[in-house]
Amino acid sequence: MVPDFLIQFKEFISQPWPWWVAGPMIALIMFILLFFGKEFGISANLRVMCAADGAGRFADFFNFDWQSQGWNLMVALGAMFGGYIASHYFLGGSDVAHVSAATVESLKELGFNYGQGEVPLVPEFYSWESLFTLRGLIIIVGGGFLVGFGARYAGGCTSGHAISGLSALQLPSLIAVVGFFIGGLVMTHLVFPILF
Amino acid sequence: MKISKYIFVGILLGVTLYKAEAVSWFRIYEMFHFQSFHMYGIIFSAIIAGVGIVQAIKRTHMKSTEGREIVFHPKDRSIPRYLIGGIIFGLGWALAGVCPGPMFILMGSGYTVFIVFLAAAMAGTFAYGLLRSRLPH
Repeated sequence: MVPDFLIQFKEFISQPWPWWVAGPMIALIMFILLFFGKEFGISANLRVMCAADGAGRFADFFNFDWQSQGWNLMVALGAMFGGYIASHYFLGGSDVAHVSAATVESLKELGFNYGQGEVPLVPEFYSWESLFTLRGLIIIVGGGFLVGFGARYAGGCTSGHAISGLSALQLPSLIAVVGFFIGGLVMTHLVFPILF
Repeated sequence: MKISKYIFVGILLGVTLYKAEAVSWFRIYEMFHFQSFHMYGIIFSAIIAGVGIVQAIKRTHMKSTEGREIVFHPKDRSIPRYLIGGIIFGLGWALAGVCPGPMFILMGSGYTVFIVFLAAAMAGTFAYGLLRSRLPH
């Protein structure tokens, strides 16, 4: 027999998590890493992986002590496990993004005809098949390239600048986050109407 | 090196961002349309808690498990680097709906096509490494 409170706990965590749980949890993750003497920044792994593949022969940027960054690769590996656990064991039976009614409406302009409560967590163009369409190729390969290039140029991504940097009241991180939003708004409002 | 604790931290991150729907392309789209508080709530509450944590660490001169005092390195002062780099990152973030964390999380959730996204992101980082000396910083 499984005790009642365990069943209740499972039901509780199976719901989508509200922002006020996720935000403080992310801050806690940052704190745990600081406590271990590390800095929260996921995109740094891309530089480590390039260096580990021998990119140092082509650019000095990749000649650094990447072996000391193995801990960050373990965080990335853990994130993969976390994605597996969340999607397989306590998704709560629904694979839905609980977006607002306004978003459901504006998605229709892009050709996504979902009803309220039917918007999937991930779009269907996250597939190998769509990689062979022009749009899918632009999104996956183009998006990946921009994220990888931009994160290193700006010296960090959402975790490194928006969370770690702003928490430490770093002005450069604020400039980077303003840049993230300029880029995101241009893409969403100016490029998407052409792309979709 | 004790690596298991870092895997645990990563699991916490993966489960949190997945369960809060921060890995959703549609949530990122909604955020850039200012149609919900959800994503802003995640980011703002993380920063507010984070500012408190950083201040507490500084005031108490907290030491890390490595025995050294936790220090925060000020980032280099510049505008073009953060602004241009940030804009390029933002374009990709909105386009693909993922930043580097969710990239790993979705790979683990079974969206194996993100292996291609990861390869493209590594190519982007590599291209930055090659062009670095010629870019304004």
